[in-house]
Amino acid sequence: MELKSVTDPQYQILLDEKKDFRRKTYKKIGLTIIYIFLVLWAVFTFVPLLWMLSSSFKDSSAITAVPPELLPKKPTLDAYKRIFEVGGMARWFLNSTIVASISTIINVFFASLAGYAFSKLKFPGRNTIFWVLLSSMMIPGQVTLIPLYILVVNTLQLENTYFGLIVPGMVSVGSIFLMKQFMSSLPSSLIDAGRIDACSEFGIFRKIILPMAKPGLAVLGIFTFVGHWNNFFWPFLITNTNSMRTLQVGLTSFRFENLQDYGAMMAGAVCSAVPMIIVFLALQKYFLRGITIGAVKG
Amino acid sequence: MAATVSETSKKWSWVNFKQFMKDYGWCYAFIALPFLLFLVFTVYPLITAFIMSFQEYGILESKFIGFENYKYLLENEIFWKSMKNTVIYTVGTVPVNILITFFLALMIFPINKRSQTFFKASFYLPAVTSGITMSLIWLWMFDPTESGLMNIVLGWFGFDQQMWLASSDSALFSIMLMTYIGGHGSGVILYLAAMGGIPKSLYEAADIDAASWWSKLKNITWPLLKPTTLYMLITGVIGSFQVFEATYVMTQGGPNFATTTIAYLIYQHAFQYYQFGLASAEAFILGFVIIIISVLQFKYMSSDVEY
Repeated sequence: MELKSVTDPQYQILLDEKKDFRRKTYKKIGLTIIYIFLVLWAVFTFVPLLWMLSSSFKDSSAITAVPPELLPKKPTLDAYKRIFEVGGMARWFLNSTIVASISTIINVFFASLAGYAFSKLKFPGRNTIFWVLLSSMMIPGQVTLIPLYILVVNTLQLENTYFGLIVPGMVSVGSIFLMKQFMSSLPSSLIDAGRIDACSEFGIFRKIILPMAKPGLAVLGIFTFVGHWNNFFWPFLITNTNSMRTLQVGLTSFRFENLQDYGAMMAGAVCSAVPMIIVFLALQKYFLRGITIGAVKG
Repeated sequence: MAATVSETSKKWSWVNFKQFMKDYGWCYAFIALPFLLFLVFTVYPLITAFIMSFQEYGILESKFIGFENYKYLLENEIFWKSMKNTVIYTVGTVPVNILITFFLALMIFPINKRSQTFFKASFYLPAVTSGITMSLIWLWMFDPTESGLMNIVLGWFGFDQQMWLASSDSALFSIMLMTYIGGHGSGVILYLAAMGGIPKSLYEAADIDAASWWSKLKNITWPLLKPTTLYMLITGVIGSFQVFEATYVMTQGGPNFATTTIAYLIYQHAFQYYQFGLASAEAFILGFVIIIISVLQFKYMSSDVEY
């Protein structure tokens, strides 16, 4: 009996189907577990941001209430009022916008100029100069910080000025590297065509390279903007009046001047984080693409 | 007559130079301004910092004191304490976060493209908020009273309240804990890109040999992702050796120097006590350590991965 059933072709098919079914079920169960885990982890990483949002709408008594309120029972904008009136959020926000925008434009412009030269032009010393730039990336920022501070504050007298805030970020080797990586993937044939048509070198750059490099410029621009918006240390050193502080510096000084006012701090954190989250959600595609440009190929 | 000789040779070189400029002048014009700014804002400060590290710096007058700054630091207890804190922080965060990133990427890889994009974006999102913002949020979450979120959560599970940042035993660990949650997005994206580049044929061959999931992971996926892992390791170590914002905003290096990192100590020496020479020496030691570690990692961990 036993022997017969094993060799029975009908039974064999049934057995195969059963095996197949089992494999598919395992796969389904596996995928479900994966999805559950990923969703949980995503929620987990959002907890700090959600807690920030929830706390920012609580009034001073609700924030320390026992038992704690996970969501504010009576949401108010009091905390926002404090960060704007006691802190000076409007001015910090404006300063950050100005500094981040101007720095980004200048930085991307220089990076695209140099990136073009390093990727598409051939000249004596090109590789040497590029390696000099690149090796400077290994040096931590703290090393150059003190002389830079003396240069900008004492020599150039730029303390508490927008120019002082912008000046050291005008050129960054990382941006040049990213632009070089991106531009080497552009076709050289159009550049040659431009030369044959007696286009000037700058004309080639402006009329042929820049339009082709737009996606790369967008990626670099977005990353640079977010970077400058979130930058803390340099603006912290170079400003000492409340009206010149950028958002990050303002928030930090508010923390030390109003030690226990967590509601207002969270309201300030919302003002700092939400614009960047909106930028990210709107330009997600560029962010996700941009991360791999500089890293993997390098 | 001697003048004409030099005249002609000068003329010769002048013509050469003109030709050279005609050929390459534009190329240098493209990099001239960025390179000039690089010289002024990176190279000049670098050289000055090096000189300053051998000086007792004063605004009006600085005097050379040889290796005194370095000697002082190497004999200083707080310097070693901060070095220890920085190393503990690095060892406790970088490898853990690389593993978290790796497993997240491993889980995202088999699911469909649309869900992939969704999770990539979700995991990346916290990274667009600044270090200061995150530090403020965590400062509030770590509040040692019963209104701090972390203590609320511990309460749900019946645990006692903790002091978190307020105790020298747990402060550094709390700051490390903060890095485990969120901020893996860019690493996940890098891993996924690299995983997509591994040829399917390798897995098919392994399937024929009836290799287990674990052995495929151990023998194919992990070794072939080594370049990405190395990149994340090097950049991770460089970053964590310079950790500053979290300790500045949350603990000011305390309590009792428990969270004083090298970067924080440099800040204190430079901009609270205005000991620019000492701080420069400190920064050079930090830079030296970072470069040595990067080179070692590169040497011992990079292998030619080709597929």
